[in-house]
Amino acid sequence: MEGASVTLSGLEKRYENFGAVRGVSIDIRSGEFLTLLGPSGSGKTTTLMMIAGFETPSAGDIAIDGRSVVALPPHRRNIGMVFQNYALFPHLTVAENIGFPLKQRGVPKPERARLVEEALELVRLPGYGARQPRQLSGGQQQRVALARAIVFKPRLLLMDEPLGALDKQLRESLQLEMRRLHADLGITFIYVTHDQEEALTMSDRIAVMNEGRVAQIGAPEELYDRPENRFVASFIGESNFLPATVRGREDGVLVAECAGTLVRATCAGTPATGEAVTLATRPERLRFVDGAWPAPPPANRMPVTVTEAVFVGERCRYLLRAEDGTALVLKEPSSAATRRREAGERAEVAWSVADTILV
Amino acid sequence: MSEAVAPALLAAPRAPGLNWRRAVPLLLVAPLLAFMLALYAAPVLAMLSRSLLEPAPTLAHYIELAGDEVFLKVFTNTLSTTVTVTLGTLLLGYPIALGMARARRLLPLILVIVLLPFWTSVLVRSYAWMVLLGRHGLVNEVLLALGLLDRPMRLLNTPLATQIAMVHILLPYMILPIANALRQIDPSLARAAAGLGAGPFGVFRQVTLPLSMPGVMAGVLLVFVLSLGFYITPALVGGPRDMTLSMLIAQRVEQLDWAYAATLSAVLLATALAIIALFQRVFGVGTAFRMSAR
Repeated sequence: MEGASVTLSGLEKRYENFGAVRGVSIDIRSGEFLTLLGPSGSGKTTTLMMIAGFETPSAGDIAIDGRSVVALPPHRRNIGMVFQNYALFPHLTVAENIGFPLKQRGVPKPERARLVEEALELVRLPGYGARQPRQLSGGQQQRVALARAIVFKPRLLLMDEPLGALDKQLRESLQLEMRRLHADLGITFIYVTHDQEEALTMSDRIAVMNEGRVAQIGAPEELYDRPENRFVASFIGESNFLPATVRGREDGVLVAECAGTLVRATCAGTPATGEAVTLATRPERLRFVDGAWPAPPPANRMPVTVTEAVFVGERCRYLLRAEDGTALVLKEPSSAATRRREAGERAEVAWSVADTILV
Repeated sequence: MSEAVAPALLAAPRAPGLNWRRAVPLLLVAPLLAFMLALYAAPVLAMLSRSLLEPAPTLAHYIELAGDEVFLKVFTNTLSTTVTVTLGTLLLGYPIALGMARARRLLPLILVIVLLPFWTSVLVRSYAWMVLLGRHGLVNEVLLALGLLDRPMRLLNTPLATQIAMVHILLPYMILPIANALRQIDPSLARAAAGLGAGPFGVFRQVTLPLSMPGVMAGVLLVFVLSLGFYITPALVGGPRDMTLSMLIAQRVEQLDWAYAATLSAVLLATALAIIALFQRVFGVGTAFRMSAR
């Protein structure tokens, strides 16, 4: 089955005195797994609700397969939807819940029973049809909700924080299951979450939302390695922000002065010499120069003082201070062979130009 | 009586085989229980026993009642009034309850409109209906002024007057439990149903209505049992020929025919209890409550 393509253009939702969504334009490709990621209040759920038809846009358009659906009521949009609280009908059995969308579409009973059993097998709950929703665990209820959302073979599935109410282990196993389902069904998934790890694990592309706008959209690696702004750099993963002054360009690489040393960064734009900028780099991509580092040591270097050392098990986390007082974090994989550094110790850190981004 | 009950319970923990924890709830209801037994159950039983013991132990009053045409007519009239009033409150009350459940800003206003009559005495409201429905009452005056009638219509002291007034008075008993049941329904269920392809009416019929049934059952039961024994309203606005069971009882008490009045009271009580039992059996009130408790 072909997934639906969805085009959001200039989508806005204003409430009396604030704009929940303020101009969102995204092209979602057929069969894509797209995640809307953002903190609460970023407009991600409102955007999803407008696609589903439960909220009316104040401006802009939503087109599914090129046809505008803004004027269509939710029950005419033929979209599967999974809610955070499952929203299973408590007065119906599991089979009746899953059969609900089929019944609305006039599917005859024997056919319905067959499709329901098929959907139950797809979510690995065969034979659960006769149970009541309240007899199931949270994870099982969410699988039933998922089965109900895909049983009528919609070409687009919307999910609003479907794993939010589950514990970590269950969430991780269901994440993989959702990926598998997405690959099996080939339909378009639009997924809303505030959990960046979940978004990175499952999505083809992620649209990071902040204050009603898309801060950046791209593949998980792209967002992590090349965040375009400070919000994305700090919301996805952890970042060190270094205040710097532009000193010029050299072989297509930006040279900036930072805490008394010259630092090189990859940069698409052309900031003027003398301009104050912020550079970002990931804590796990910093290394101590005298540590276990594959030769040759990377280009960017900076002398620092260790202010705090924390052993977290799989890694050591060091809080460092540069000479101008800028605080830095360095994460080092832990090994019995590596010497633990003490607070107050002086050291030099290094990181590569490719891992230095202008934000 | 409470003096006799309480020390026995306090002694319970020391008594072998009796669990102190199990005695606590009993201890908590003991004062009310004693009050009800002394001031309600005892007099009611004493009164009802008159139907069996006067002048000597006998079933004669009941046998007589079964063949009494006046009683049969009154009994049928009472039941039909009760059914009409129950249906009337249900049909008028459900939409209001639905409005209350959906309303946000208007909720306090609707609540006051629903509850204001509820806080007014039944007597006052019945007199108000007499004023409205009388020969020169508001309803007749308006119909005359509009030219819809040539001369005043007889409204007061008809079965219709009783039904209208009773529906009005009992409406809150129907609205409040239904509105409560509707408010407890998770709003995402209606959204889920719409998203899965159910139109607005389909959502109502397949999700909202079945999930509100516990409230409907509670409302129907309340209104049914209350209207079965209604006295003031039918006596004031009803017709003399459309007597209800409670009016007949009052009449016999006035005539000091205690045995007959007691027999009628026993029948009224038995009918109410039978209705409650029927509801339990047919609709399984217990399961209905568990369903809404999700």
